[in-house]
Amino acid sequence: MKKYLPYIATIALLVTFSISANAQCKGFAKKLCKLELTGYVHDGNYHAAILTEGEEAELYKTFYSGQNYRLAVCGSDALPAIEFQVVDAYKNVLFDNKQHNTVGTWDFKLESSQQLKIIVKVPVAAQQTEFPNSGCVAIMFGFQDK
Amino acid sequence: MQHHYFNLRLVSLIVLLGIFLLNDSCKSGKKGQEGKEVGLEDFLTEEDIFDDIDKAKKIFYSLPSPLETAMLIKSAGANYNESVLNELTNVDKYATNKSKALNLGIYTTDLSFACLFDQAQTSLKYMDATRQLATEMGISDAIDEETMKRLEQNLNNREVVMDIISETFLNSSSYLKENDQQDVAAMVLVGGWIEGLYIGTQMVGNSPAQGNKLVDRLAEQKLSFSIVERMLQDNKQNQLGEENRDIVELINELHTLKAAFEKIEVQTSAVKVDESETEDGVTVLRSQTKITVTPEAFTELQAAVNSLRNNFVQ
Repeated sequence: MKKYLPYIATIALLVTFSISANAQCKGFAKKLCKLELTGYVHDGNYHAAILTEGEEAELYKTFYSGQNYRLAVCGSDALPAIEFQVVDAYKNVLFDNKQHNTVGTWDFKLESSQQLKIIVKVPVAAQQTEFPNSGCVAIMFGFQDK
Repeated sequence: MQHHYFNLRLVSLIVLLGIFLLNDSCKSGKKGQEGKEVGLEDFLTEEDIFDDIDKAKKIFYSLPSPLETAMLIKSAGANYNESVLNELTNVDKYATNKSKALNLGIYTTDLSFACLFDQAQTSLKYMDATRQLATEMGISDAIDEETMKRLEQNLNNREVVMDIISETFLNSSSYLKENDQQDVAAMVLVGGWIEGLYIGTQMVGNSPAQGNKLVDRLAEQKLSFSIVERMLQDNKQNQLGEENRDIVELINELHTLKAAFEKIEVQTSAVKVDESETEDGVTVLRSQTKITVTPEAFTELQAAVNSLRNNFVQ
């Protein structure tokens, strides 16, 4: 039994780390990122994950005409400013936050309903560290009650 | 072993390239931006294909939440009719994981619908039903005593009630996703989305489909249906590679709805960004959508939604 102890301890540590990291992500989305939606009603959906520098995530969603939307993309402090693009089904880039000082939110409305893709990227930090940084990234949507 | 792995990668690459080339040539991607039926495959780029081979990218599929669904129906001109909501007495009937998950979504949409029409007492009762189901699913933290108290104190303040609904839904979806129950989270969303379709189709009733804003809004849900399909496909197997029977069953149940949506045409043109932003800093995205829905196609959609939803709430 004793010889298995180090393995059991390692697994327990990894599971604990994973649960605590996930819980942090949930708290990050709820307590910090949601604040970016002030003035809008958060739709209630949860899209968050732990990403590492250089990693990307994609989100597909249909947006409907007549609604005012706010998209908020947030990254935890350990990460550099998160980059994001909004693309239509014809691969046209509709918004690129790199062109707008890597802002974390974008307000928009549509003349007609569209399926759009949001591409989120954690850039590699200018100052290289021994290990790439990881942290929570959340994508949230709000709309306005009319 | 390595040789086998290399072959697998090569076959995957060829298949993906084939899909990409076929998609690009048949659907005329960037060349014709005037209007086409779009699908998730239209977003695929050459870069994605090589990325998919080399690294797993985190992909989220986002469906309209129960709150957004209710808002979409209301803004399309629906009136409040309590008789279309799932009966509260049904809440004790749900015994399986699948029925609990689907009906958590259904009751949350009903709750959102009641809230948007300022139905204070009904909102309270439906919040209680969602709380019961969430607790039975092990998500007791989603709607605690404090939340219920806050709701009771603010029943006549729609803004606060909407915030509470959004918060409780976020609590349950984040709990499920972070406890490896993405499949259950997907079923909750599908239940809520189907309830929105049900309320909408019931509201239209026998009114003519032509020129009906609510009919157009329901037809546009075809765009979200492709997201439903991908979301469920992604959850067909658990992490051990075992088949998830609830999800497979749900995919099969959605076949009639898929057939109904196939008879509805929703063509969207490319989007143009209106650079002259409105005063409040909201960017306007200009595009056209052409919706073709015959009375027969809408009747088929109504029947498919009706049968699915009644099956879910039984």
